[in-house]
Formats: sequence, structure tokens, C-alpha cells
Amino acid sequence: MTKKLREALVTSPSFIWLTLFFAIPSLIVLAFTFHGHTANGGVGEWSLSTWRELVDPDYPVIVWKTIRISAEVTAWCILLALPCAYAIARMKTKWRAIVAGAIMLPFWTNFVVRVFAWKTMLHPDGWLQHCYFAFLQFRAWCFEWLPPSVRGFCVWSGLASPTPPDPASSTILDSETAVVLVSVYTLLPFAIMPLYTAAEKFDFSLMEAARDLGAKSFYAFRKVFIPGIRQGLVSAFLMVFIPAIGSYVIPQMLGGTNCVLIGNKIFMRAIQNRNIPHASALATLMAVSVFLPLGCALWWRRHQAARDKREVEVRAARLMLGGTK
Amino acid sequence: MSGFLEFQGVTKRFGHVLAVNDVSFSVKKGEFFSLLGPSGCGKTTLLRLIAGFEQPDEGRILLDGQDITRLPANKRSVNTVFQNYALFPHLSVYDNIAFGLRVARRPKDEIEREVAAMLRLVQMEDKADRFPNQISGGQKQRVAIARALVNKPRVLLLDEPLAALDLKLRQRMLLELDLIHDEVGITFLYVTHDQGEAMSLSDRIAVMHSGVCEQIASPAEVYEAPKTSFVASFIGDTNFFDGVVTSFPENNYCKLDINGFAEVVCYNDKQKAIGDRVNLSLRPEKFRVSVDPPPRQNPHMNVLRARVEDIIYSGNHTNYWVSVGARRVAVYQQHLGYLLDEKPIRWGDDVWLYWDADTGYMLDDYAPIDESLLPPKAPGGAASANPFTSGREDGAAK
Repeated sequence: MTKKLREALVTSPSFIWLTLFFAIPSLIVLAFTFHGHTANGGVGEWSLSTWRELVDPDYPVIVWKTIRISAEVTAWCILLALPCAYAIARMKTKWRAIVAGAIMLPFWTNFVVRVFAWKTMLHPDGWLQHCYFAFLQFRAWCFEWLPPSVRGFCVWSGLASPTPPDPASSTILDSETAVVLVSVYTLLPFAIMPLYTAAEKFDFSLMEAARDLGAKSFYAFRKVFIPGIRQGLVSAFLMVFIPAIGSYVIPQMLGGTNCVLIGNKIFMRAIQNRNIPHASALATLMAVSVFLPLGCALWWRRHQAARDKREVEVRAARLMLGGTK
Repeated sequence: MSGFLEFQGVTKRFGHVLAVNDVSFSVKKGEFFSLLGPSGCGKTTLLRLIAGFEQPDEGRILLDGQDITRLPANKRSVNTVFQNYALFPHLSVYDNIAFGLRVARRPKDEIEREVAAMLRLVQMEDKADRFPNQISGGQKQRVAIARALVNKPRVLLLDEPLAALDLKLRQRMLLELDLIHDEVGITFLYVTHDQGEAMSLSDRIAVMHSGVCEQIASPAEVYEAPKTSFVASFIGDTNFFDGVVTSFPENNYCKLDINGFAEVVCYNDKQKAIGDRVNLSLRPEKFRVSVDPPPRQNPHMNVLRARVEDIIYSGNHTNYWVSVGARRVAVYQQHLGYLLDEKPIRWGDDVWLYWDADTGYMLDDYAPIDESLLPPKAPGGAASANPFTSGREDGAAK
């Protein structure tokens, strides 16, 4: 009994914190969506008018774009962070601290200042612009070779544009690419750190064991290292994907009108239109759009795992029968 | 010199540390070969050189006539049983064992058959679906062996595989390893610092010391005829005597004057001449002590008077520390008869110490003897004022 009491005492601060600053505000936001709004920016009477207003063909597009860009940013971050974390974990202890410190160094400069610096670097006369245009031309050239069905999918999903690049309008500033680039730059340390922590705990003699059993380096990396740092991968995904979904400053400053994400829309509705219930509804819509597929995926995995376990049991049973004959 | 696995002048440095120094030897096909030595002697480095985790700075390694010195680890037909097992924690026992076969893209039914056979060999059929953190140390050990053996390596490398197990389990696994070796007939290269393991399993042992192979021979030869003082002291316990040849009482025998001890006869197989300095190793169990004079004497028998300084009774045998002159000698004596019928030997007794000259062995090298390698000193000390009270209390009081 006393032990339970002590446990409750220890967990209570975080519990109270989460209740006060996460659970209750979330519920308030949810409650706001079932209110109308008043002309002076207040929250009106209970009504479903806000949800009715939400039927705007723009919103699904923006939600999908936000998810797609966040996924792109997450994929790039993890792709870049993996070899980085692996390399740091293999360094001498003395070097590890120095490199880990260096990765954290940008945080000493204000975030907005850093994004502003990017604005300068992405200027239409800068070399990044030249690289970008060359990349666009290359992509258009590759696009020619794709079968029509794949081409159609690329256009539909927004991965590629159907027309060849135009030098006048193809600026990297105010483009989706700029948003992805700077988001990756900003969020990369949040991917490296959990991966590095996991990689540091990883037993590298397992890699030797894999090599010993005939695996090539990349096979060992894929089949032994990646599963070995799974926890780190999950944290890295969450640490990057969730901030990317809520991203507001970067698309605002670097995305122009070409990259309006859900964060910018919420800001617009809440501050410019002074429609708090509408902004709340957008936030709720975004949260549901992310967590519903994620929840489904988790359920599916658990279902798969249970099925795999049954299969293994059957195999073991067969083995035992074979052993006794 | 041609063997199945062959080392030719292999040298490996780590920075300025010479881990393996010009080692050459060959292992026969199907042999159980041990690398034995204290930690840091280079035995594990040698194993890693064969596995391909390290590259030698000089020399060549041949496997079945093929030079594998520069071959990457994943292309070598050798497999390793790691000291900490290195089982993949995210894979079940079954999948751990199947790993190598899956890498090699073997057909599914073949994988199933081979893994099943391995599970049977190591008696782990009922644990196939367990994960490494759900099985005991001995079971992990077996999985590690099965995971290596399933690939049908030409040489199985075992890196101190029993070091992490407790004594009883170690003894059982020792027996099982021996059975597995007999059953699969693969060449085993076994690295250990435990002479007991090496002695009981191996066909031949290479005793290593600071990067050098001191002696390669059968367990009995390593024990009975050690080449160097290191081998003599590392394998089992021994008494070293530092003497000078004075005369030849008989063909093949010489008399040694051992300073502070006595003049003793010993077998002269090293063609020593008068005046040569000799390092003699005498195993404690080659001596006999008795209260009565020895039954019969031959010219090769050394018989001395000694005083018992300490006795440690250990059931099947008793350890005595006796002093002759200024020397203390360790004697391990089996109880051949019913102990209670024998004339008892007590602390401080004057006894007869005798041994056959043939049982001593002259060492090749003449190195100053490392005190730490000698048999443990009994409490009390040689300089005990009164031998009759030289006991534990006395030693503690000092």
C-alpha cells in the first residue's frame, strides 16, 4: 500500500503537468470546435456551424500536403541521421562528446535568426538557386522516362510537376523545396540524438557476428544494426514528424504562397480572421488525420506479431515431433 | 610443413604494441587445437586474424592451401563462437541459427532441415521460438555453437566460449563440446586461458605468451616436457630449481648443484656440459614424502631430508610445503592407501623427500623465475622461527 502511495507521489508531478497543460487544453480545443464564433473574435454559442464551414476542398489538400512534407522531412532526417549516429557511436569516447556538442551548437542561435539566414542564402541570385534549377531540369528529364501511370501518380501526389521548369518562376525561395530543406536542417539534431543514444548502447560485436556468418556490411547494417536501434528509430520518428506537422515559422518565412501548411492556416484563422473555433477545428482535423492512420498501423503490427508468434509455435511443435521420432 | 590451417610468420601490431609476434604453426584437419595463454598474450588476436576481423601486418594465413590473409570476414569459410555469444537479441533461437543460411540464400526447406538438425544436435528443439533474453547462459552457448556449425565451417573458432558459465555448467559444456567435435568432425580452434579446458579437450595445445608461441604439443607433452619456464609455470604448478652441472654419474644423467638446496641427480636430455647453468622444473606430484625412509633406492632416486612446513588436506590428495635447506618445495601427494592407516605426517615433522631423477625436466630457456608464477606460498612463511608452531595463527600474527 505504501509502495503504491510512493509510486503515485513520484508520478504525480508529470501526471498533473500533463493533465493541466495537455489533456485539459486539448479537450478545450475539442469543445471549441462545437461552438460558433462571434464577430469580435470570441467563442459563440454551442453549434455545429464550425464543422459545417470546414467543408472546404482546400483543407484535405493542405492536410495531405502537410503530412507529405512532414513525411519527406522525417525520411530525409532519419536517412541522414542514421550513418551519422553510427559514425559517432563508433568514435572514441573523447570524440563522441565533442561531435555531439557540435551537433547541438546551432541551438545557441535563435531559431528565427537561423531561418532568416537561410532566406539570404536562398536568394534568387545565390548559388543554391542555381543548384535548385539544375535539379529541377534533371528531375524533368528523368520524368520523361517514367511510364504514364507512374507519371500520373507523381503529378497527383505532388512529387513532380507536369510542366518543364520555367527559369522565371522556379525560385527556390518560396518553394516547397526550401521548406523541406530548412526543416531538415532544423530537425536533424532531433533525429541524430535519439539514434545516437540507441547506437551507443548497441553491441557492435553483433555486427562482427553477422559478418562472420557471411553477411555483407550493408546486410548486417540492415538486418542487425537497424533492428538493434529500433527504439531510437521510433523516438527519432516522433521527435521529427510531430514538430514537422506543427511547423509554422519555416513555411511562413520560406514557403511563400506555394507552401501553405496546416500551421499557417490555423494561424490565419486564429489571428487574422479571429475565428478561434475554426482554428480549433483545423487543429483537431490535423490531429485525427495523423493519429488515425498511425493507430491503424500499430493495430495491424500487433495483429501481425500475434500471427507470427502462432506460426513460430507451430514450427517449434513440428520440430519437437520430428525430434522424437 | 603443410597443414589444414597454416600460419606463416604472422605478426600483428596495435600501435606500438606487438600483439602477435612472428607466429608460425599449422593445424591438422579435424583436430581440436587450443590456443592457451594468459589474458593479453595475443591468442584472441590470433583468432580474430583467422576470422578476418583483423588483418596481419606481416605473414600469411592459409586455409586448405588457399591464402585467406586478405579475404574479408564474410567470405571465409570459418565461423566463430563469441565469448559473449553475440546472439542477435531481436531474433528467436531458430532465426539466430538460420541467419547464416539465409545470408547464403539457401532454399527454404533446406534451411528448415538444417536448423532442425542443429537444434537436435545441441538439444534445443523445445526452445526454438525463445528469444536470447529468455534462455540461460548454457543454452545461449549452445545456440551460439549451433549458429556457427550450421554453416558447415571448415574451421570452428571458439573464443573462450565457457568463460561466462559457472563451474558445473562449464564442466558439462566441456563434455558436450567434446561430443560435438567427435560428431561433426570439423577442425576446432579453441582459445582459452583455462589450462583445464585446454588439457581435457585438445589434441594439441599452443601455449602463448606475450605474442609468441612458446610451445606447440600434445597436452601431456606440454605438461610433462615443457620447453620454457613460462610453459612449465603456466601449465599446472611446478618447483623451479636453478643449478649448475657438476658431474655425470651415469650415461644420460647429470648431477646438479642447486644453491641453497642440495645436489640432485637429473636426466640430461639436453646435452649439458659441466659448469652449465640449468633451470630444472619439478612438478609437485612427482615428489613423495614419508615419515619412513623410502623402500628401495636406485641411482636415479634423489632422497633428501626435509621438514614439513605446512599441510593442506584436500580429500583425494594433500598439499605439503616442505623445506630443504633454504628452499621450500611444494609436494602434492595422492593417498594411495587408506589414509587413516598411513603413518601420519604432521607440521614440523622431519620427513623423507624423494623423487625419481627422470621426472624432473630441464627447460630450454634460462629466464629469471617470476615469483608470481610459483605455487602459492603457504601461510607462515619459510623463515618461521619455530617450525612446530608455523601455522595460520603464527602467520597472521606476523
